[in-house]
Amino acid sequence: MKEQLIEITDLTKVYGSGDIAVHALRGISANVERGEFLAIMGPSGSGKSTLMNILGCLDRPTEGAYVLDGEDVSRLSKNKLASVRNRKIGFVFQSYNLLPRLSAAKNVMLPLLYNGHEPLPDKACYERAVAALESVGLGDRTHHRPNELSGGQQQRVAIARALVNSPSIILADEPTGNLDTQSSEEIIDLLHQLHDQGATIVMVTHEPGLADHAERVIFLRDGQIVSDRLNGVRRKGGKL
Amino acid sequence: MSLWRTFKVAWEGLTLNKARSFLTTLGVIIGVGAVIVMMAVSAGAEAEIADQINALGANLVMVMPSFSRGGFGPGMGAGVGRPPGLTYDDIAAIAQNVTGINGVSAEQTTNQTVKAGSTTLEDVSIVGTTAGFPDVRDYRVAEGRFLTDEDNDRVNKVVVLGHDVAQELFGEQSAVGQSIKIASTKFTIVGVMEEKGVVGNTDYDGRVYIPLTVVFKKFTHARFGGENVRTIYVSAESKETMERVMSQVTTVLIRQHDVDPASPDFSLMTQDSIIDTAASTTEAFRDLLAWVAGVSLVVGGIGIMNIMLVSVTERTREIGLRQALGARPHDVRLQFLLEAVMLSLIGGLMGVLAGVGGSYAFNELGTMRTELVTESIPLAFGAAAVIGIFFGYYPATKAAQLDPIEALRRE
Repeated sequence: MKEQLIEITDLTKVYGSGDIAVHALRGISANVERGEFLAIMGPSGSGKSTLMNILGCLDRPTEGAYVLDGEDVSRLSKNKLASVRNRKIGFVFQSYNLLPRLSAAKNVMLPLLYNGHEPLPDKACYERAVAALESVGLGDRTHHRPNELSGGQQQRVAIARALVNSPSIILADEPTGNLDTQSSEEIIDLLHQLHDQGATIVMVTHEPGLADHAERVIFLRDGQIVSDRLNGVRRKGGKL
Repeated sequence: MSLWRTFKVAWEGLTLNKARSFLTTLGVIIGVGAVIVMMAVSAGAEAEIADQINALGANLVMVMPSFSRGGFGPGMGAGVGRPPGLTYDDIAAIAQNVTGINGVSAEQTTNQTVKAGSTTLEDVSIVGTTAGFPDVRDYRVAEGRFLTDEDNDRVNKVVVLGHDVAQELFGEQSAVGQSIKIASTKFTIVGVMEEKGVVGNTDYDGRVYIPLTVVFKKFTHARFGGENVRTIYVSAESKETMERVMSQVTTVLIRQHDVDPASPDFSLMTQDSIIDTAASTTEAFRDLLAWVAGVSLVVGGIGIMNIMLVSVTERTREIGLRQALGARPHDVRLQFLLEAVMLSLIGGLMGVLAGVGGSYAFNELGTMRTELVTESIPLAFGAAAVIGIFFGYYPATKAAQLDPIEALRRE
């Protein structure tokens, strides 16, 4: 029996109230095992972004429970949520979200600087950032600024940033949305590689081809799960 | 995040746009600089006044006519049949009846042409005074003698020359015993004063001294109040005797003028009281200037708030990212608050340099006398810090309250 990393129960999210209330999530229950590679799919307005925000502790559910790594995070304060994000979640965004004036290494260091639990000295932070960049194949680009890197390289810096705090889970929101085919393949390969090393990955996408890389696909529509299936074959380092 | 790391992040934020950061601090620079310069200027003015008054001599009691009491009309509070104001007789009465004094004197100045042989000096200060003048001003005769009471009583046309005037008219020759013409009147030179130089704004050496009564008769008698003495100077022996001298002078003049002791037609002043009066005026002036300068500091603070609000809007996405990576609202607030405080402190520092430099330059260039008020530096600097915190708090709180989801979505 594998360990459950994420347990969500009857999750609902309502924006506004009364007649104009929008029910973004209408009672979602699901579990994610440690080490799983999960894709969340759905048309726009299906609630997948809302679910992603709640999974990423950027938002709190209106009702329902969210247990992440044994900790109920559905009712935490803003400060506690920030700390959970810092320690347990690595974000990969569609548009990379690197700070343009900082070098790759300094961008990767950012999560370490906000780690209030076990703060590291500057030197150790830098070393870990360089190690993370090496693990995504950018060991020779540590001093480059984002505008000196290609889109694929920028996204790899962003993945290094997501990894640097050794999070419990990596949340990737359309990670290849801004990339050409070749760069997309590189990123997918990298995610597979991380997965093989034991990382738990939750990826939001609307591209079926991308979702095929995941072990399991959850399909959302109108704030509810309409399908939750396992992909038959687990592909290792496979191509699109 | 630790304070030091937040500080570094904030510093990076400021250096991102150096020109804008500098322009933002300009308001604070001007405000702080203005506070320091304004206070230095008014302190300089005060010191200038004090110097001029102290230059009159030591432990002086000044007697001045006072028309403010007893209302308007003939006599104006004075005894019947007596002209208002102070007269030459009052000087004599004080000299005879008041004890504990070095001397009594009065001065009436007129500007006239002085001629000796073929040499003519235009626009020389002619000081009509009395025998007590050297004692009151602590200013001695170098050659010959000074004016005597007899000279005044008899309206003798005698003159004592200032050092420079004697030099210009007679060179190395002795001036005593020679005669000069002041306007169209011939005077006999009885003495030459020692060299004293310029004290306050009075050039002692460029003046000549003649009996007060001669000034009244020859130069000012036709004018309204021409025979009145504007000020009688009484020099007390020491600071301790001043009180006693003042009460004696009051008694003598009340008797002399035959006026109601409750509303005398004269008033007494000391140098200290004049300096105090002047100081209270310049202090009010200083406060006014400081407030005006303070307003520009506040305007500078509003400028900082304005730019910080722009900066928060521009960097919304960065704020969202930092929040996603684990920055707490507190971390974000501190980052932007530190930016604002650093802006105002850097502005404060440059303002202090500008203010001190400006005060120094005014003094050196001779534009006006300034005296740096030391307290104004921490005062202005502290005000800048407070303004940074006060006007930085709102933008920083706005940044801290951003919703990370909204912030990340912003382009």
